Amino acid sequence: MLESAIKIFLIPVTEMATTMKPAPITPRTLILRLLLLTAVVAAVAFASAQTSPKSADDLPATSQIQPSELLQSMKTSGLQPAVLYVGPRAFYLQGHIPGSDYIGPVGKPDGIATLRTRVASVRKDMPIVIYCGCCPWDHCPNIRPAFAELKKEGFSKVRVLYLATSFGVDWKDKGLPVVSGE
Amino acid sequence: MRKAVILVLVVGLGCWGLRQAYNFHKELKRQATAPRPADPVDVQSIKTAGGGTGPELSLTDLNGKTLHTSDYKGKVVLVNFWAAWCTPCAEEVPQFIALQRKYKDEGFQIIGISVEDDAGELRNFYRKYQMNYPVVPGDIKIADAFGGVLGLPTTFVIGRDNLVHGKHNGATDFAAIEQEVVALLHAPQR
Repeated sequence: MLESAIKIFLIPVTEMATTMKPAPITPRTLILRLLLLTAVVAAVAFASAQTSPKSADDLPATSQIQPSELLQSMKTSGLQPAVLYVGPRAFYLQGHIPGSDYIGPVGKPDGIATLRTRVASVRKDMPIVIYCGCCPWDHCPNIRPAFAELKKEGFSKVRVLYLATSFGVDWKDKGLPVVSGE
Repeated sequence: MRKAVILVLVVGLGCWGLRQAYNFHKELKRQATAPRPADPVDVQSIKTAGGGTGPELSLTDLNGKTLHTSDYKGKVVLVNFWAAWCTPCAEEVPQFIALQRKYKDEGFQIIGISVEDDAGELRNFYRKYQMNYPVVPGDIKIADAFGGVLGLPTTFVIGRDNLVHGKHNGATDFAAIEQEVVALLHAPQR
């Protein structure tokens, strides 16, 4: 099959290159070429019809922190991470992680500006944890822009709190500490 | 010449087969996302959300119309906290529209509570999707009345008895929601 394909496609091209004359096309080669072309087009169409596999999370596991680990690090006496909330205000006022700072939805331009201002005087090697939990992890419009911005600013220890469904389900409902209000 | 005709037939058959396979795949995808016919469910088995009653609220919808939740007593009410900026919430709206259309005449009502949407964007979204149920710009008072809402989408199902029978966090399982709604619509009145 491969041999035939090479003969059909390459030989006429090399002949053309040497003689500068178009190679004669017999009905057989024409049909075989059409067949091959159809097979390629069909394969591409069929592949695109399949559900594309879920793209790998653009936030690698090493850049994520689980709720239990964050809780542990907040209890230890060592260097505490700066915990920044990058989601909607309505959720922050209802409940947020004690000691976390409100930045606002970083998916919006105002939020990015607030984040830049907040970290302007922070050392680049300071551990920072960002979290949102407004929506299911894969669809959160805030954590990825916040992570990208902090990385762009040169922060080397940025991690994102992994909240699969929401802050309510994956933090509050699990009995982890929450404070409400400003 | 005969060979050519056979080859053309084979190619044609191959293309037809691939097309059928593609259509079959599309149909499977459609079935996976569309609301399915509900099976009857014993209303007593529905997980209650703390057994609380539906809150008494006066709400102002996008069009400035005042809604009193008390006006919906005796109906099955689905309250969906969502936002146009929240991709999974926005993707669910057509299915909520279909659900509202399907059960409206049986005493079913959806109310959408939008969270931190830009007013203009919300109005555009409402018009674009021709939403057939009221949408209210939400606030903390409304969320508190439902025991707090800390993530989207969150959906509550309230029965004709004004009890909250279901709370669904995250992406909505429409088959489960529809079963719940149908069971509550057909539940015997006390």
